[in-house]
Amino acid sequence: MGIFKRGLSKTRQSFLGRLSQLFGNTTIDEDTWSDIEATLIQADLGVETTETILEYLREAVREEGLTRSEQLYTVLRESLESLLEPPRELNINGRPLSIILVVGVNGSGKTTSIAKLAHRLKRAGRKVMLCAGDTFRAAAIEQLQKWGERIDVPVIANKAGSDPGAVVFDAINAAKSRGIDVLIIDTAGRLHNNYNLMQELVKIRSVIAKAVPGAPHEVLLVMDGTTGQNALKQGQKFAEAANVTGLIITKLDGTSKGGMIFSIHNALHVPVQFIGLGEGINDLVYFNPKNFVDSLFDDTDE
Amino acid sequence: MFESLSQRLQNVFDSLGKGGRVTEQDVNAAMREVRMALLEADVALPIVKNFVNTVRERAIGAEVHKRLRPSEQVIKLVHEQLIETLGEAGQLNFSGSRPHVIMMVGLQGSGKTTSAAKLAMHLRKQGRQPFLIAADTYRPAAVDQLVTLAKQIGVDYYEEGVTARPPDIVKRGLEKARASNANVVIVDTAGRLQIDDTLMRELEEIKQLTNPCEILLVADAMTGQEAVNIATGFNERLKISGLILTKVDGDARGGAALSMRAVTGVPIKFIGVGEKISADTLEVFHPQRIADRILGMGDMLSLIEKAESLYEEEEAIRLQKKMMENDFTLQDFLEQLRKIRKMGPVSQLLGMMPGISKLQIQGQLKSEEVEARIRRVEAILNSMTKKERERPKILDASRKKRIAKGSGVEVRDVNDVIKQYHQMQKMMEQLRKGRFPKLPGLDGLGF
Repeated sequence: MGIFKRGLSKTRQSFLGRLSQLFGNTTIDEDTWSDIEATLIQADLGVETTETILEYLREAVREEGLTRSEQLYTVLRESLESLLEPPRELNINGRPLSIILVVGVNGSGKTTSIAKLAHRLKRAGRKVMLCAGDTFRAAAIEQLQKWGERIDVPVIANKAGSDPGAVVFDAINAAKSRGIDVLIIDTAGRLHNNYNLMQELVKIRSVIAKAVPGAPHEVLLVMDGTTGQNALKQGQKFAEAANVTGLIITKLDGTSKGGMIFSIHNALHVPVQFIGLGEGINDLVYFNPKNFVDSLFDDTDE
Repeated sequence: MFESLSQRLQNVFDSLGKGGRVTEQDVNAAMREVRMALLEADVALPIVKNFVNTVRERAIGAEVHKRLRPSEQVIKLVHEQLIETLGEAGQLNFSGSRPHVIMMVGLQGSGKTTSAAKLAMHLRKQGRQPFLIAADTYRPAAVDQLVTLAKQIGVDYYEEGVTARPPDIVKRGLEKARASNANVVIVDTAGRLQIDDTLMRELEEIKQLTNPCEILLVADAMTGQEAVNIATGFNERLKISGLILTKVDGDARGGAALSMRAVTGVPIKFIGVGEKISADTLEVFHPQRIADRILGMGDMLSLIEKAESLYEEEEAIRLQKKMMENDFTLQDFLEQLRKIRKMGPVSQLLGMMPGISKLQIQGQLKSEEVEARIRRVEAILNSMTKKERERPKILDASRKKRIAKGSGVEVRDVNDVIKQYHQMQKMMEQLRKGRFPKLPGLDGLGF
């Protein structure tokens, strides 16, 4: 968990570290409420989620007769935790070939996350292959190939500009014939409000399903941790088109608070599987709600 | 999910009762809605606070637009203030000696490389000779990406792989550019966090080396509250000269634009609106467009503008003068009616009138009925001679009979119109004496 804490320490300081200050030995007053609201908003939790939490807290104050802000602090922490769920074990076991489809908007960090995930699976003893399904963006194929070389994982690629469905089909065949047990498919970044590109995703899904019944077994949506309220729409649209099973939230090693995790979770009920905490190959860690919230509140260790 | 700001403001003002006067408390309630709307649009909280304070001051001191309901007046103020804060589109600044250097900086995945290529095309369209330098040695294949794009658009470039230090690459690239015909050099740098001291120092070094005329921070339109930290961080280290907002073809509300503009004070120079590398997918920034987007509103504002444009200042002054001189004639009445009709279907206009939309929704007021009544009043006025309209006193029984016949109504309908006219006159008389009459409902106006 060290890396988790290290990565989150900045977040902790700026986010709930400030909240902890508010929760000194004082009574609850209007300022307390507006400060909590402000802090949650600034962490990108969004107005709706923030109000849900505030409502929850107000009820707790009424029902349990809370008077001191540190009591409120405990309830807030619990309520934040209750909004999240731990990651599931990835559904990539018990069959000859499991397929993970990775989707997301442009620049969210799909390719980098795929490399990190492949590395993690490879270290766990899996036979991993990558498919360069982003045939649109200049040098996206080369980017995945370079990662493949670095982590020593085979990459199936076609020419730039070719049909992504075709390379996916090729990769599945290659994976089958080489006895690969996890195939991770990269896709081009696409904005969720672009109908044609979202339809392309539907098509890629059906190519996969035709080649391997029941596949893709995981569809991971990669989201930039600095994203604001648009994250929700992103999540909803990708869930609609690609039946997302889990989330990867990237770039949480900066000062961004990552509060959109709460709102997406609240709306989609899809777990955050991993978070990205840096550019190193090992900087993709399992999301742990308790540690996430703990780290947010804990400002004693640095 | 959330209602639009206009609807929410309407609700606020509806709940105020029929007092007709907007108190400071009402303004505060409205400002709370404005605050929420801006936060939903991803404007950063500290910026929202300042912004709302400014709007509040302006709202309290604002002149009352007769044709806008309070909610619309607030929206108008917010919209104006948004445009003002977003500022004008910034032109690229080409100062100093050639070749001019433009540095592209930003977080990972914000769209620097794509924007660099688009910018090169934009510059070439302006008749300049752009040159690209690939200085992102960190992200795998970032150099390939820039080279591929440069070849695709036929722009000269410099790269030397990923082993050298970026400042050294830039130094050699600049020499190469000087030897060519290039007059603008675009340096594509690696994505980095603004708190990454080592990498930020690298950018400082490149800045010192190239003495750029522009340092453009490339930022994702979907950015949330973090926008303030990003912009402040890059600006403090590099003193950026402009912003490029990317992925504006998405459906994010784009409040980050306001946050970043507000904390840095530098203009937004371009917006990126597509993946294709083309001069068309890098647009010059228009504050109005982003302001509309942040508010999430479309036709609303054009309606407000429509209402205002018809209530021209000159006309207002003329009417005011007439009112002051107690000289409001039936002719003026007719002209006012025609103006109102010119603004569009009554049903649309009704929605813009204070207190009306609710009646309409509740089915108490049918727009067709109102429309018919307005038409009838207009027909009656049209059946009068100009002389009659200007001197209503001369309207005797035989004239009224003629008018009724001419407009296909009964004499009592003509009398109604005249009565309503007298009521309006009385109202104006009160206004003239400085007493504020109760604002008339629709019936009072004779429709």
